[in-house]
Amino acid sequence: MTEQIFAVELRDISIRFGKVTANDSASLRVEKGEIHALVGENGAGKSTLMKILYGMYSPDSGMMKVNGAEAHFSGPRDAIASGIGMVHQHFMLVPPLTVAENVVLGQEPVKGCCAFDSGRARELVAQISRQYGFELDPAAKVETLSVGEQQRLEILKVLFRGAEILILDEPTAVLTPQETTSFFAILRKLKAQGKTVIIITHKLREVMAVSDTVTVMRRGKTVGTVRTAATNEAGLAQMMVGRPVVFQVERRLKTEREIAASPVVLSLEGICAKSDRWLDALCGISFEIRAGEIFGVAGVEGNGQSELIEIITGLRRPQSGRLTLSGQLMDFEENSPARMSKLGVGHVPEDRHRRGLVLDYSVRDNMVLGRQRESQFCSALSRNAEAVAAFGDRMIEDFDIYPADGELAARALSGGNQQKIVVARELSRRPKLLVASQPTRGVDVGAIEFIHRKIIEARDAGAAVLLLSAELSEIMSLSDMIGVIYHGALAGVFPAGSVNEDKIGLLMAGGKLP
Amino acid sequence: MSARAKTALLQLAASAAAVALAFLTGALIMLLVGVNPLAVYSALFEGVLLNPYGLAQIIFKSTPLMLTGLSVAFAFRAGLFNIGAEGQMIMGGCCCALAGFSLKGLPWLIHAPLCIIAAMAGGMLWAALPGYLKAKRGAHEVITTIMMNFIAAALTNYFVMARFHEPETVHTASIMPSAFLPRLAALSSFFKGSPANAAFFIGLAACALAGWLLWKTALGYEIRAVGLSPDAAAVSGISVARKTMSAFLIAGALAGLASVNFVMGYKHYFEEDFTGGAGFMGIAVALVGQNNPAGVLAAALLFGALSHGTLVINALVPKDIVLILQALLIIFVITFDGIARRYAAANFGEKA
Amino acid sequence: MSLDGIFSLALLSQTVRISVPYVLAALGATISETGGVVNIALEGLILTGAFCAVLGSHYSGNPWVGVMAAMTGGIFVSLIHAVVCIRFRANQIISGLAINILAAGATKFFLKLIFHSSSNSSRVAGLPHWSFFGLDRAPVIGAIVSDSLILAAALLVFASYCLIYKTPFGLRLRAVGEHPECAETLGVSVYFMRCAGVMLCGVLAALAGAWLAFDQHQFSADMSGGRGYIALTAMIFGKWNPLWAALAAALFGLAEAFQIQLQTVGVSVPTQFIQMIPYVLTVVLLAGVIGKSRAPAADGKPYPGEE
Repeated sequence: MTEQIFAVELRDISIRFGKVTANDSASLRVEKGEIHALVGENGAGKSTLMKILYGMYSPDSGMMKVNGAEAHFSGPRDAIASGIGMVHQHFMLVPPLTVAENVVLGQEPVKGCCAFDSGRARELVAQISRQYGFELDPAAKVETLSVGEQQRLEILKVLFRGAEILILDEPTAVLTPQETTSFFAILRKLKAQGKTVIIITHKLREVMAVSDTVTVMRRGKTVGTVRTAATNEAGLAQMMVGRPVVFQVERRLKTEREIAASPVVLSLEGICAKSDRWLDALCGISFEIRAGEIFGVAGVEGNGQSELIEIITGLRRPQSGRLTLSGQLMDFEENSPARMSKLGVGHVPEDRHRRGLVLDYSVRDNMVLGRQRESQFCSALSRNAEAVAAFGDRMIEDFDIYPADGELAARALSGGNQQKIVVARELSRRPKLLVASQPTRGVDVGAIEFIHRKIIEARDAGAAVLLLSAELSEIMSLSDMIGVIYHGALAGVFPAGSVNEDKIGLLMAGGKLP
Repeated sequence: MSARAKTALLQLAASAAAVALAFLTGALIMLLVGVNPLAVYSALFEGVLLNPYGLAQIIFKSTPLMLTGLSVAFAFRAGLFNIGAEGQMIMGGCCCALAGFSLKGLPWLIHAPLCIIAAMAGGMLWAALPGYLKAKRGAHEVITTIMMNFIAAALTNYFVMARFHEPETVHTASIMPSAFLPRLAALSSFFKGSPANAAFFIGLAACALAGWLLWKTALGYEIRAVGLSPDAAAVSGISVARKTMSAFLIAGALAGLASVNFVMGYKHYFEEDFTGGAGFMGIAVALVGQNNPAGVLAAALLFGALSHGTLVINALVPKDIVLILQALLIIFVITFDGIARRYAAANFGEKA
Repeated sequence: MSLDGIFSLALLSQTVRISVPYVLAALGATISETGGVVNIALEGLILTGAFCAVLGSHYSGNPWVGVMAAMTGGIFVSLIHAVVCIRFRANQIISGLAINILAAGATKFFLKLIFHSSSNSSRVAGLPHWSFFGLDRAPVIGAIVSDSLILAAALLVFASYCLIYKTPFGLRLRAVGEHPECAETLGVSVYFMRCAGVMLCGVLAALAGAWLAFDQHQFSADMSGGRGYIALTAMIFGKWNPLWAALAAALFGLAEAFQIQLQTVGVSVPTQFIQMIPYVLTVVLLAGVIGKSRAPAADGKPYPGEE
């Protein structure tokens, strides 16, 4: 029997970053011409493994073969030369440069002795763009492209370098369900032309839809490879987490009478706002949230969610519209995050590293962020260290934060425990309105369940909750009311029981319900 | 040992290694030009540390460095790079002298504090514009403060030359004796012949006060939060613009205060270039002192000692070797500090 | 007293002489920052260039050796900045300030050892003049068009522009200054590109120093006199574009020349206020009153970054 030659073969790859073992003797075999999905939870080591394959990191131990030949890459240049291309999770594009310049960067066509031949670059790019039906203007500046176009540009870059093996890291994170479908069509076209595709994702439905083979990673190890046709979502989920997963959160649906009897906490009327780049971000947003109600906003990222949150939490001024909080009409001129939080708005921001925590502060200090001037934590002259410590340690216990050391810098904790700090802090103020944006992004499954339970507890205790999430399943399983946001406007608002995911997906993509 | 203690120890070791390497490189340079570095260093040690005059001079020279270092360090804790301590010190000195010679007939108890306040106000005034531009318009403070330094130098030069200079000199009139700070020599004969004066105690008090403000008060908590994570601070309700402004004003006041050592304690007038570059050296002092008041105090003493050392070694080697040493010290400190920080982040999960 | 005399060929000639070091150093800074490395070390590089130029021509008797020595010195000092900021990812502003102190100290140190003076070196000859079609004998401007370093500076303005916007090297340099991670994933070495940018800056700023030294026929202590910082403001004013930066540098030169001319005809405007012009203008520009000047996105940020 002759040994089969794989497009990619990784054997016992290990790599450590300081104390963290990112890959622990991980192995992977990818056949030529297949679409191979690499799945796992956040932090399972998928991206790291692929960055090793792309030459960005060199492993501490292990062996790599590409098309049967042993490979030692000292940088992406070597990987590119071996026919490997990678599209990164965060787009790697230079905004002020043109499409053509971005594509040829590093392999520029030259005119005469040393001049950059920009005409030739445009021709080359236009040619590949036509070949794959990408419809990109080579002379356009990247900063003017839409997200979908940028993604196609990324793939174009890889194809330009003659890649036969394409690695795509979480490519659908920024796409609507409909854009995702057409993106999958591109992948199938690539496969039909004989390319090998490795797609990193944590969305199991997409794995089932597009891949031929799946490899599952958990805690830096590869735990198994299966044919997609021979498995299902539940089976994969169990491999990912290592135990059966409950997809549904337990909660009691409220009756319409109960809801109608609760007072309105937040009411928005005709809110219009501009984005940082001074484009229209929101136009005519109106909805209300009652006490004890979770209002979920579904939508693809970048449709005005950030601006909506920033207005409600006092970080941004709208151009027009009215915001009423507990019956009090807010004056936007005087609005500020401090004022809103004083009025009972709690905020779990989308990006905990940047906006939710001071990573270099201790867990205790983070627990009082925003409350540092409250009389219990601060006397006339100086801070009350004992009170801060006592409060912080109580929160650590209540929210089961590990390690239970209040002196430790928040930076040293895992994503799930960091997120628990933020949730603990915001809920400890017993907010009338809790604004939670992507509350479980990049968080392990155990912490997801915990955080979901806490949000439901807050709702049951009478808080109004505004939940924004890119994970449709999270919206579906927690919300009492569901709104869909598209291009800065609400495309529809429904009671939770009355819609299914397909309808919401359609609205998220700008479609109309029949 | 806790991760934090290990990190602190590592950083201390990195600083010590940087100092050692700077002196070693300095020695190599001296060997290269045929000077015996051992002779130079031992002269430096004896001349500066083993005699009372040298010690007094350290106190005198380190006082402004302590305050400008503190100014830079304080701003740095708010995430701001105050390259403008030089200009703030110049303006502080100008205002201090103005208050010193134009107010007449006041008792010491009123006049001296007024002059000190004038010095702080001058520094604050000069820090207010970069602070405002940073807070409200996002103008990069590094460039604006550098520009403000040049503007301060030109402006005070104009006022001294055109308006206030004493005939036949390049400095202003002398301030009233009622605004003099007492010399330490008046307290003890140990300090005989040295201009070391009470400004040193102002410097020490400022170090203690800055430390207390940063780590024990709500304002300090907020300023440090803005420095470490401006977005998180803003989301939590801390006004980044307001804290930026506060930090800049305090930094300006500290830099302005650095001028009293010269104006009220030494020459008793304002003249061009009276700072001797203390504002720029303050950046190095803050850096070597890890932006922490106790460290700033120690670094100021070290730089003060080196600065006095120029006179001691001038017979053996061109005194500019000290400038070279100081520059090398900065270069090694920033290099080693980064290495230590990354090592600590990777191995103890702590960021210092 | 007439103002006619002010707008003369003498003014033009003076403007050019004053502008040359500003232009050269501003070009250097533009190239360095296009690649993402802030270079406040211009002041030190100018001093180094001036001192090395004098040293080279003093020992060889040939001013061209001086020019080569200046460029070598510039590269050597830039190497320190590159190693500290690029290899060890230290703060670029502090490194630049430290290099300024280092250059000030080292030039004075060697000035004393070699020329036994704490203020200035012995005299050196200037660069020989070209003669094109007898233009060098034309009054006033003859000295300009025949000066090789002035001509070189003019050429370098366009060369820098072409380098940044018309070559693969420039494309990569811009990519590295805007989005280093992106460049790295495409196999462009961020280290190499940034080092190259810093080195070119060193050469250009050192040439600025060499020009100063040959113009004054000697090295004197601290002769850079803040020119590096003016060049930096010219770069900001020129929005990180070599052509505009050179124009801004020339404009600052004109302001200074104007003031000198005013003095010669007896109108006295306090020199201090003229000196302030570039600085005040820069603060006004940064305040956003007269348009925005945007730095490359990754300017001043070490690669790879923290976290």
